[in-house]
Amino acid sequence: MTDLTGKTGDGGIVLAKLDDVINWARLSSLWPMGFGIACCAIEMMGAYASGYDLDRFGIIPRPSPRQSDVMIVAGTVTFKMADRIKRLYEQMPEPRYVISMGSCSNCGGPYWEHGYHVVKGVDKIIPVDIFVPGCPPRPEALIGGLLNLQEKIRSEQTLSGPKGIQNLLAKNKSAAV
Amino acid sequence: MTFQEISDILKSTIGDHFTTDEKQVLQPQLIVPADKLKATCLQLHTNPLLYFDFLSSITGLDNGVEKGTFEVLYHIYSIPFDHHIIIKVLVDRQNPQIDSVTDIWKGANWQEREIYDMFGITIHGHPDLRRILLPEDWQGFPLRKDYQVQEYYHGIKVENQENNG
Repeated sequence: MTDLTGKTGDGGIVLAKLDDVINWARLSSLWPMGFGIACCAIEMMGAYASGYDLDRFGIIPRPSPRQSDVMIVAGTVTFKMADRIKRLYEQMPEPRYVISMGSCSNCGGPYWEHGYHVVKGVDKIIPVDIFVPGCPPRPEALIGGLLNLQEKIRSEQTLSGPKGIQNLLAKNKSAAV
Repeated sequence: MTFQEISDILKSTIGDHFTTDEKQVLQPQLIVPADKLKATCLQLHTNPLLYFDFLSSITGLDNGVEKGTFEVLYHIYSIPFDHHIIIKVLVDRQNPQIDSVTDIWKGANWQEREIYDMFGITIHGHPDLRRILLPEDWQGFPLRKDYQVQEYYHGIKVENQENNG
């Protein structure tokens, strides 16, 4: 966007693709749901606090799924919790993203073999965008995950390539044939 | 008060229906038949010489299918006299039942629910016998030695696919 400002002089006008502006707005204020299930949540809180200060990326935890853009699954997902997580995910408005934080929610972690009560990976119940490895991951790792998610959002095509509509059209076309 | 003195008081008040295994273990235990558990606990709680006013914990134990018994262990403590005792009850594995001690020690409530949740031992006289940790529609009792993990729970596969090789 910066190279375009030269062309408009001092008029205070910026020319940009609408997709880029939308993506920039989305990735600059990723609001995660204030939600933690196990010890990973302690590291997540550490990342929010003054030492690592996620606020400098525009990342502030929200107390409601209705106000959230991203869900950080920070901890062990038990079968009892799985229904609740699914419900919370469904309550989030689109576009919504999921970060799976730590071994437990990535694959079951230490409960992988003998945990009768643990879901072996949160991606079995909701779609996951970014997996952050670690047990628990340090705040730096979570920040890395969030930066990766920002890069993912930066390349999204909301208006120029609306995937949802394209998929729907392709489906209709194949149904007609 | 020593274990011997405590068991002597119990013998003189409610009879010697229990056995002890003083020599075999580090902490001596009273082994009480299931039908005498309530009377023994009541005596231990109310007798002014014993005054066991604090239930530290209740533990369940599965001795396995071959032995055919569960064990329920009660660790109790007297705050004013600073003495402890362990009560052990053997329960039949085929038809596991035991009396509740919630009307003696209120703290037994959730611990007995956990025993029911993990071992499926029916607690008679419990005010609210439901599962406590697992969801209500869970099948089976996980701490039993012969527990079979269910294949699916609410449409989610329980075992890891790669794990079945």
